[in-house]
Amino acid sequence: MTLLYSEVEEELRAAVRGLLADRCPPAAVLRRIESEPDGRGSASPVYDLDLWKTLAGEIGVAGLLIPEEHGGAGASASEVAVVLEELGRAVAPVPFLTSSVMATLALLPTGDALLGELAEGRRTAALAVSFAASPYRPGRGASVRLDGGRLSGSVTGVAGADVADVLLVPVDGDLYEVTGGGVVVAPSLDLTRPVATVTFEAAQARRVGACDLAEVLLSSAGLLASEQLGVAEWCLDTTLAHVKERHQFARPIGSFQAVKHRLADLWLDVVRARAAARSAVADGSAVSVAVAQAWNAAVAVHAAEEALQLHGGIGMTWEHPVHLYLKRAKSTEIALGTPGDHREALASLVDVPGPE
Amino acid sequence: MNEPEIKERVAAFLGEHDPAGDRLEFLRARFDAGLAWVWFPEGLGGLGASRELQQVVDRELAHTPQITSGVQGIGLGMAAPTILAFGTEEQRRRFLRPLWTGEEIWCQLFSEPGAGSDLATLATRAVRDGDEWVVDGQKVWTSGAHHSRWGILVARTDPDVPKHRGLTYFVCDMHAPGVEVRPLRQITGEAEFNEVFLTGVRLPDDLRLGAVGDGWRVAQTTLMNERVAIGGAASVRRGGGMLGAVLDTWREQPELRTHDLHQRLLALWVEAEVTRLSGARLREQLVAGHPGPEGSGMKLSFARLNQALSGLDVEMRRDLGYDDWAFRRSETVDFYGRGPGYRYLRAKGNSIEGGTSEILRNIISERVLGLPAEPRVDKDVPWKDLPR
Repeated sequence: MTLLYSEVEEELRAAVRGLLADRCPPAAVLRRIESEPDGRGSASPVYDLDLWKTLAGEIGVAGLLIPEEHGGAGASASEVAVVLEELGRAVAPVPFLTSSVMATLALLPTGDALLGELAEGRRTAALAVSFAASPYRPGRGASVRLDGGRLSGSVTGVAGADVADVLLVPVDGDLYEVTGGGVVVAPSLDLTRPVATVTFEAAQARRVGACDLAEVLLSSAGLLASEQLGVAEWCLDTTLAHVKERHQFARPIGSFQAVKHRLADLWLDVVRARAAARSAVADGSAVSVAVAQAWNAAVAVHAAEEALQLHGGIGMTWEHPVHLYLKRAKSTEIALGTPGDHREALASLVDVPGPE
Repeated sequence: MNEPEIKERVAAFLGEHDPAGDRLEFLRARFDAGLAWVWFPEGLGGLGASRELQQVVDRELAHTPQITSGVQGIGLGMAAPTILAFGTEEQRRRFLRPLWTGEEIWCQLFSEPGAGSDLATLATRAVRDGDEWVVDGQKVWTSGAHHSRWGILVARTDPDVPKHRGLTYFVCDMHAPGVEVRPLRQITGEAEFNEVFLTGVRLPDDLRLGAVGDGWRVAQTTLMNERVAIGGAASVRRGGGMLGAVLDTWREQPELRTHDLHQRLLALWVEAEVTRLSGARLREQLVAGHPGPEGSGMKLSFARLNQALSGLDVEMRRDLGYDDWAFRRSETVDFYGRGPGYRYLRAKGNSIEGGTSEILRNIISERVLGLPAEPRVDKDVPWKDLPR
């Protein structure tokens, strides 16, 4: 087990980062959240589907987790994690986490033919599970039941549903494919990954196979820690650049200890977030995932909050991208279990029991 | 040299030297066989091998007589790397062997009443007199000076140049006339450190380490190694170190548990674990030959965690007592020993010794993050003209 990045991972990172620098700078993301629906379907206009096509098709990120016999790259979670770091750094509005990670992880054990289509990026899927669900409470926000081969009920807070061609719905340990669900996007805290309420009214469903939802959410949570690392890194780097440039009292504000000490502490938090994220994908155990989520979710939020504060008034403006990161960070703090949920899980995982 | 070769060496060494025999003879022989610190050069207790192979040697020799890392800490962690880097061949041969075997204990004569975080402003003078230097001044926070044979000393040899440039590094003979060691009682009740008065102490020039006026650069090597040594004490085992002490009590005495303590303990457990993981990552980078800047942060994390955990430990036990306030001179520095009250009080020193947490944050922000330094008014002023 290693906590370092391999050469292959660094090459993948360079490819993704290069593409995002070119096609998805923060200014472009800001423009997208301003734009109106473009009439190309129900997807929120925030999603950059052209960028997604390039990422999925040319760089091949959509099939990373999918074995070669199903048309994927048969890569490991470590490579997926590097892609997530970069997508987090860019708050890139693409359905990688929701389709190529969460939905794909649910689909993998079934070996269903849909995997091939997801691998090529021809279709995009979403797991109809609340983003606020956790490995410890996988059913949170969901009330879907099966009746005569049809699904009825709703799931709130589903990420990536509005950009998905296919909805994968876990019900009582089985996974169903639904194409005709009602997806209603509500205003979401995270502008770059909005959530939707998905409603089924006696929707036709195809049983795809068995689904251990808690396991899917656990693996997803471990990978989310890498996205959070990327978010935190962007916040730290951007703030460092700002405090080196910004002058007050005839000095760069980054020369004041009141500022630089906060950034030294933040750097140390990010250093440890990297170790935690690497550990979560290196062994994927319930302990490593819970540790990485408990730490990285909080570090991402703290980094975004520090970035905002240290940017002063400009940090409060809509035109500066730091709010996109704050909103992403705060939303992923809730996603797939809060830091508190993960600490609570650790209590039994590592034998630190509570009061009797 | 690789792992099987090292193991072969150890086996051959054990074939010739009986671990059940005289302890000191065994340690001396181990040094001479190059199995003391394998990354040191041959002839100086090492084999010029990779540092990682030391673990192999330590494992293979785990059941043989050991050096006493506590009281030898300053010698092993700070003096030795500095002597290796800056000592003459003669100095290396003279000092390193008895330093490693523990026959000679070392202390560090750096801080002064007027020079702490701003070490370079120190005032202890060394004046040349023929082949000797005459040293006058006062040092403070000198751990273990009371059983030291030698001290690593930084003194001012030129007061007419700016502070960083007029310093020279010496090995101080702690048995020389004019060296007076007085214990300083600490908040724990005992005295592991001292103040050291140097009055007309005569040191031969061959006890100088590095060039005259180059003392600041030599001292940087010592300080860097000190931080690695203190930060490196962070646990390599999940749930070890200061956390281990708390967890034992937590598991054994369920009646002490409260919801509030539980939440805080779990948060500290996570912080200790991610700190341990970044230590593991740092070691992997070292082995791969790409040391990262992460090392600068290890002592900072270690201090914070030790203080938080030892504080929680006292609170959790609801014990209003203290094991022993007797004023005694400590045999060694021990962060984890004695009772919870002692550990809590001793941990307060972790964010001060070896560079305060504030100074470490300066170092991280300037050297790692590239942030501009605060304006310095004393940079180009001769030391003798500085306000004090």
